[in-house]
Amino acid sequence: MGENTDPVLLKRFRSGDVRALARAISLIERRDESVRELEQALRPDAKTPGVAGFTGAPGTGKSTLVDAVVSLLRKKQSSVAVLATDPNSPFSGGAILGDRIRMQRHALDPKVFIRSMGARGHLGGLSLASREAIRLLGAFGFDEVILETVGVGQSELEVAAVADTTVVVLTPNLGDSVQMIKAGILEIADIFVVNKADLDGYTRVMAELRAMLSLAPKAEWKPPILATVASRQEGVEQLWEAVLAHRRHLEKSGQAQALSEQRLRDETGEVAAELARRRARQALEDDPELARRLLADRTPYRTAEEILDRKR
Amino acid sequence: MPSTAVRPVRIVVAKVGLDGHDRGVKVVARALRDAGYEVIYTGLRQTPEMVVDAALQEDAQVIGLSIHSGAHMTLFPAVVEELKRRKATDIIVFGGGIIPDDDITALKKRGVEKIFTPGTPLQDIVDWLRKRFPDSPAK
Ligand code: B12
Ligand SMILES: Nc1nc2c(ncn2[C@@H]2O[C@H](COP(=O)(O)OP(=O)(O)O)[C@@H](O)[C@H]2O)c(=O)[nH]1
Ligand SMILES: [Mg+2]
Repeated sequence: MGENTDPVLLKRFRSGDVRALARAISLIERRDESVRELEQALRPDAKTPGVAGFTGAPGTGKSTLVDAVVSLLRKKQSSVAVLATDPNSPFSGGAILGDRIRMQRHALDPKVFIRSMGARGHLGGLSLASREAIRLLGAFGFDEVILETVGVGQSELEVAAVADTTVVVLTPNLGDSVQMIKAGILEIADIFVVNKADLDGYTRVMAELRAMLSLAPKAEWKPPILATVASRQEGVEQLWEAVLAHRRHLEKSGQAQALSEQRLRDETGEVAAELARRRARQALEDDPELARRLLADRTPYRTAEEILDRKR
Repeated sequence: MPSTAVRPVRIVVAKVGLDGHDRGVKVVARALRDAGYEVIYTGLRQTPEMVVDAALQEDAQVIGLSIHSGAHMTLFPAVVEELKRRKATDIIVFGGGIIPDDDITALKKRGVEKIFTPGTPLQDIVDWLRKRFPDSPAK
């Protein structure tokens, strides 16, 4: 298809054409290699946006909160892009992506870009696609990138691996009471938000969280616990202050540098895995003898090594 | 696993105008998801500009409108015109709702590809999309 070798995509991207950005993200989502040229060409003028990730159970108010944060950032004249992921149906691979509903008041603001992504629609995982998308968004000129992801499966870990600051969103509702917090969430949370603080029980949830965090090993950064009413835009400024405080902490402590280096390593590993997977698939397709031997010997390890050892 | 070769069909669906009948659009969205499409639902009370803006940002190939308010003769063409204005006429427009046959004929002349009326089996809608996008029936 012509679009895969679109020679004007770069030009359109540089001229600020939203469709070119949107198309480039689609290329990333389906791991189309032609986007690599675009990325290379853009690298020199790419700036690095601030990246905040919001995660939590469905219905906790993440999209509403992100919408409120976008409003705040627009008041501060920052441009902002939102990448919102929802799970795909495990059966059909299709998805209903509904996060935009809560953010539609920003639809006509040219300094706001909102993109929905199916969480499973990524070979190589969500983090791989988001990292690349974030780079494109930076090159396009966005100051801030906000990730929203449903805290199911592995997706919240993948978001934490990409975001500078991870905000874990809880509510006073029973379903996600503190005892129910998934293992691993403590490690990824830089900020806790108890949203829907207009509902009964939020002080109890905050107290439980505080008690839990007091048991955590001492660390340089102590995740603050904040209350918000996203639907009324309450507590959002304090939340963003906390995000900025965490950002300053990362800079001052040298963690920002360490993190960005670690990410390059991680990403290289992920890309290598993806390339290897592709090579293996191709080799088994192109070499019926190899495929036949694999089926006869049932030795995927040996076959994989053989494929990777082959000269190309 | 999605194929890397074909472009998965992404569909922005919306209720435009002041019309709270969202049962149909939700049922259709679910059916399209189950058929493997990525559906971006933008909710109620959208303007044609908002819908087109969403479709551009989402890199959607299709806009699906649902209209039960009687305002279909202004809203459907307004979306088609907005697509022209934004130089995005490759995005197709279809939809459904309470729309008389005569109006359907007129709307088709004005660039709306297909309209489904009450009682249409969901499979018919899926089949139509499959035919319309044979290379990438779904993800
Ligand atoms: C249920 C209903 C309501 C519910 C809506 C609940 C909800 N959240 O959706 C309530 C009670 C709230 C309601 C209120 C009103 N309603 Co009412 N309502 C209906 C009713 C009985 C059924 C609609 C329905 O849900 N059908 C089931 C779904 C699955 O079918 P569907 O929406 O038609 O969708 C199918 C197709 O149209 C198509 N389709 C629809 N959308 C899309 C989108 C895409 C992308 C695609 C591909 C296909 C597609 O595919 C679907 C599957 O076949 C209809 C009568 C009727 N027989 O249609 C009146 C009807 C739509 N309402 C009507 C009216 C006038 C009203 C009110 C103004 C006042 C009143 N008289 O009650 C209010 C206005 C509310 C508002 N804010 O807009 C009129 C509209 C008249 C017109 N446009 O000429 C109707 C036709 C009744 C009538 N005969 O007078 N209503
Ligand atoms: N009472 C109350 N409801 C809220 C608040 N924030 C969001 N909601 C509602 O919670 C529901 C889910 O919100 P949404 O943002 O879609 O949650 P998400 O699934 O986490 O993205 C919606 O009905 C919102 O209106 C809040 O602060 N208080
Ligand atoms: Mg959401």
